[in-house]
Amino acid sequence: MSLVEVTDLTVEFGELRAVDGLSFALEQGAALALVGESGSGKSTVASALLGLHRGTGARVGGSVHVAGTDVRAASDEELRRLRGGKAAMVFQDPLSSLDPYYAIGDQIAEVYRVHTRASRRAARARAVEVLDRVGIPDAVRRSRSRPHEFSGGMRQRALIAMALACEPGLLIADEPTTALDVTVQAQILDLLHTLREETGMGLLLVTHDVGVAAESVDEVLVMRHGRAVEHGAVQEVLGAPSEAYTRELLGAVPRVDAARVAPQEVPVSEGGSGEPVLEATGLGRVFGRGKRAFNAVDDVSLTIHRGETLGIVGESGSGKTTLGRMLVGLLEPTAGEVRFDGRVRSGVDPAVQMVFQDPVSSLNPRRSVGESIADPLRARGEKDEGRVRGRVRELLERVGLEGAHYDRYPHEFSGGQRQRVGIARALAADPRVIVCDEPVSALDVTTQAQVVALLGELQRELGLALVFVAHDLAVVRQVSDRVVVMRRGRIVEEGPADAVYESPRDLYTKQLLAAVPALDPAEAARRRAARRELAVVV
Amino acid sequence: MSEALLTAQTSGTDTVVPGASGARQFWRRLRAQRAALVAAAVVALLVLLALAAPLLTAIEGQDPTAYHPSLIDSARGGVPVGSLGGISGEHWLGVEPQTGRDLFARLVYGARVSLGVALAATVVQVTIGVVVGVAAALGSRWVDQLLSRITDIIVALPLMIMALALLAIVPSTFPRPVLVALVIGLIAWGNIAKIVRAQTLTLKGLDYVSASRLSGWGTWQVARRELLPGLAAPVITYSALLVPQNITVEAALSFLGVGVKPPTPSWGQMLTAADVWYQAAPQYLLLPAGALFVTVLALTVLGDGVRTALDPRAASRLRVGTGRKREARADAAEPKGGTS
Amino acid sequence: MTGFVGFALRRALGMVITLFAISVIVYVVFYVTPGNVAQITCGPRCSPAQVHQVAEQLHLDDPLYVRYWHFLQGLFAGQDYSTGTAVQHCSAPCLGLSYQSDQQVTQLILAKLPVSLSLVFGAMVVWLVLGVGTGVLSAWRRGRLSERLLTGITLAGVATPVFVIGLVLLIVVCGELELLPFPQYVALTDDPEQWAWNLLLPWLSLALIEAAAFARLTRASMLETLAEDHIRTFRAYGVGERSIIGRHALRGAFAPVIALNANNFGGAVGGAVLTETLFGLPGIGQELVHAVNVVDLPVVVGMVLVIGFFVVVANAVADVLYAVADRRVVLT
Repeated sequence: MSLVEVTDLTVEFGELRAVDGLSFALEQGAALALVGESGSGKSTVASALLGLHRGTGARVGGSVHVAGTDVRAASDEELRRLRGGKAAMVFQDPLSSLDPYYAIGDQIAEVYRVHTRASRRAARARAVEVLDRVGIPDAVRRSRSRPHEFSGGMRQRALIAMALACEPGLLIADEPTTALDVTVQAQILDLLHTLREETGMGLLLVTHDVGVAAESVDEVLVMRHGRAVEHGAVQEVLGAPSEAYTRELLGAVPRVDAARVAPQEVPVSEGGSGEPVLEATGLGRVFGRGKRAFNAVDDVSLTIHRGETLGIVGESGSGKTTLGRMLVGLLEPTAGEVRFDGRVRSGVDPAVQMVFQDPVSSLNPRRSVGESIADPLRARGEKDEGRVRGRVRELLERVGLEGAHYDRYPHEFSGGQRQRVGIARALAADPRVIVCDEPVSALDVTTQAQVVALLGELQRELGLALVFVAHDLAVVRQVSDRVVVMRRGRIVEEGPADAVYESPRDLYTKQLLAAVPALDPAEAARRRAARRELAVVV
Repeated sequence: MSEALLTAQTSGTDTVVPGASGARQFWRRLRAQRAALVAAAVVALLVLLALAAPLLTAIEGQDPTAYHPSLIDSARGGVPVGSLGGISGEHWLGVEPQTGRDLFARLVYGARVSLGVALAATVVQVTIGVVVGVAAALGSRWVDQLLSRITDIIVALPLMIMALALLAIVPSTFPRPVLVALVIGLIAWGNIAKIVRAQTLTLKGLDYVSASRLSGWGTWQVARRELLPGLAAPVITYSALLVPQNITVEAALSFLGVGVKPPTPSWGQMLTAADVWYQAAPQYLLLPAGALFVTVLALTVLGDGVRTALDPRAASRLRVGTGRKREARADAAEPKGGTS
Repeated sequence: MTGFVGFALRRALGMVITLFAISVIVYVVFYVTPGNVAQITCGPRCSPAQVHQVAEQLHLDDPLYVRYWHFLQGLFAGQDYSTGTAVQHCSAPCLGLSYQSDQQVTQLILAKLPVSLSLVFGAMVVWLVLGVGTGVLSAWRRGRLSERLLTGITLAGVATPVFVIGLVLLIVVCGELELLPFPQYVALTDDPEQWAWNLLLPWLSLALIEAAAFARLTRASMLETLAEDHIRTFRAYGVGERSIIGRHALRGAFAPVIALNANNFGGAVGGAVLTETLFGLPGIGQELVHAVNVVDLPVVVGMVLVIGFFVVVANAVADVLYAVADRRVVLT
């Protein structure tokens, strides 16, 4: 019998059918990825495998067998034995997935004792053993730390250690690397790969990221609206997709190894000898005082020219967002200066606008989107109501919405549409520079591609200078003429996008690029080897 | 559905997450709670009683301060003449022992004092709290330090003790109910100032406030357009919890004899002497005690309801027993339905 | 750990500053009242000569800061008072002399303090045990009839002021059912058993409304914790409901309970005044009400300062405990 057998599974929450007639099987030791965008029902499937919907009011239909347990028919006691004992789950956000008040080792020991009736001491020893197994240095001491004392990657390792504690036959990983930086993501994926080779456990990976799936599994099941779209071996599904949706999905995924496709209509000389708009010299920002002082940005100088896109890429804590906020004047630098049009500038200037990351918090929920977009016009002193409305309609239509949406409120729009509203608001100020701070990272890939395309169009049409701040190396490559790589508040590499991506000079840039998951499984294996080499060098 | 009308070229997955905001949703959520509705009705009735006190006593034909020695049996120590504490067609709820004052009249006039003082005190607290909280959050580092320090000190002052002591030293010529309201209001604004400061700081960090600054508005314009409306929800929620608290404090002060002084009637004051008379005239004890209980209970339940309606996250915590199944279904669907 | 010690020290310094500020506020407010202070303190029946004498005794002609300085001197170094013929020495923490009895305020307070401390701290034990217990129970039985019942009772508790519940208990338990005699204070050192029996009703009166608040808070924090992601983790690992409630959800309620205890301590002290008055317990609260009624300013100021001292110290202790309970808070 297979490790997992799901037949005709449906899960309904009230009116909403989250999973609709899904069937699949997973053999002992095999690895399957459920891939889909938000709302596809993939996480719901993962929860159903452990019977986590029991008692929540969700209606589950069909049959689910996991490791010999009939999940729907099992008694509460049988279900408890399955959970953590025969099948263990790793969640997306490792910080919120661990109890903040107890030491990591104690939490793992607690889980171990539930399933084995081992003594406290033996359980504690087991906890240290598995923590050591997942590569946590000095496991005896670190097992006494609480989750907030760990870094994100270490926490995810700890969570994997908890999963390993009872030697389950199946590991369910629900977006295990989504909250992590790309280099850490690569480490975690490598760890999962090694563990699978050594223990022979089955893996069910739930992810929105096609690249992560390609790195980790043998089989892929693409989901949409709760149904299976395409199911097959990873090479076939990702290499030669037969369904239109799969092709659309793959087409939208930005590739780090493909040069920028959009042709330049406004000629911009390479290397930045064009007309400079925004210049930063020796820019720095210190947060805190005294012993706790922390250099978020340290001595950064860069120039942005008319009509070009400058990509700023870096992992969390690299200072890229702080830099972006200083460039628009929302944050005062503690060192250096920003020049706009050759003049030193302090404070905000409507000609330098920003598009924000979070489509929810970037619009005031109490004001209609039209009013939000009209802000720069009114602030400029435009009193004529007719002209204001006319201009706002024009902008709404320009970003792909309807002029009649003026009086609607943000909650009536989807994430992608809100991001369009945010772009329209920035355009209303007739800006010359727009700094985009992670503008697409909260969006699904297909929406991401549309918003990125819109930004490119607007830039060509209006001759804007764009600063594109992002953690996603592939997206940055897709949009940028020049790229700046940041690490710990400093610029480690700068140059034309193709040069930086094709032949990086800095070791950190090399590591970053090697960590990006590849869409081709063969390529993924080659990169894994490359990562091992780089790790040895460091 | 509204999303069907939105025609931007979006793919199927970039959908609108349902969930409205604003006043209409507040009413919808409030109406869904049966307990809160009942409480609102009770509060409305109490306010009506208090407002109509002169009219009601005129219909009864009594006055809250008039003595009726003829209705008191001084031979038996001052208990009311007649059965049930002197209930009659003329005195609907009987009369007070010893003085013979009409209980119904004193009760409805007492409602005026209780509700009036509590509301006025709340207005004072909220006004000071909002001004100090906003100033601390938006002011310079130095202003914030100073105001926060003062707020900390105010929070540390024990309300009852300070009020008790302060009320003792102000000359008795000052109108008493106004004084009680002022004293409560001036001592107990610390918590609301802290809440407002924290909320303002949170709002200040939101992207839409940054966007508004980038539009070219000045600080005051940004505060008026983006920040102040965002404070409405927490301020209303906290005020709704302050009113019953203030009612209790006023009643306690009057009970101790330093709050509202005779002849002005007040529920707390009526209870001062009531325990001696509980056998001869039980309603003398039960009426003000019951009135206090019902008022504070209704206001508390209403406050919970308002909070639930304004802050759905709190809904699961302070749910008062109604609409549970509906909410539980919604709760179950929300986190899992949309995400994956 | 050095960070923690530093935090505790900073908190202690803040406490001293707050105490100093309170003493200034209280002193200024009470001695710069509208109207003639000497007249108020002397009482309405005083002759002009007596009023003048009082004014002299109080050094009312000195500027305010000089008077405050004298007050501080008395507090830290003691002071001599001439009461008519004799000179009375009032030693170190001197809060002045009562206008009514010429007694030292410090002595007066020390004599009454054990009663009030017995009442407040005994009641605190009751409200914490009862409140947190009820909260845990209703979180554990959530969604069932028993939880609704508990929620209803708790709500009724929140709406019952101290003096109402006290009156009812007094009448029903002592008056009608005669289960207990009317309380009379017996010192703990004299007879611990009688001490507890006599304080039982006062404890309950003072504790019930607070217990209700704690029950609501405990239930709310536990339900909030139960909705968090890490609870899902332990459910997904087969950990039983008993451990989830008793170990993980309850732990999340620790910090809020400590914070509420600090926040409500001042209110409970106010409630103690009511309880003492109602049950005729000879504590600070009863004395304060008396002093207020006869406008004995030194006693009022002294009592307010002492009560303020306890509240501020309780707040500081709670802050330190909070930092221990919630190790995630940023220590600043």
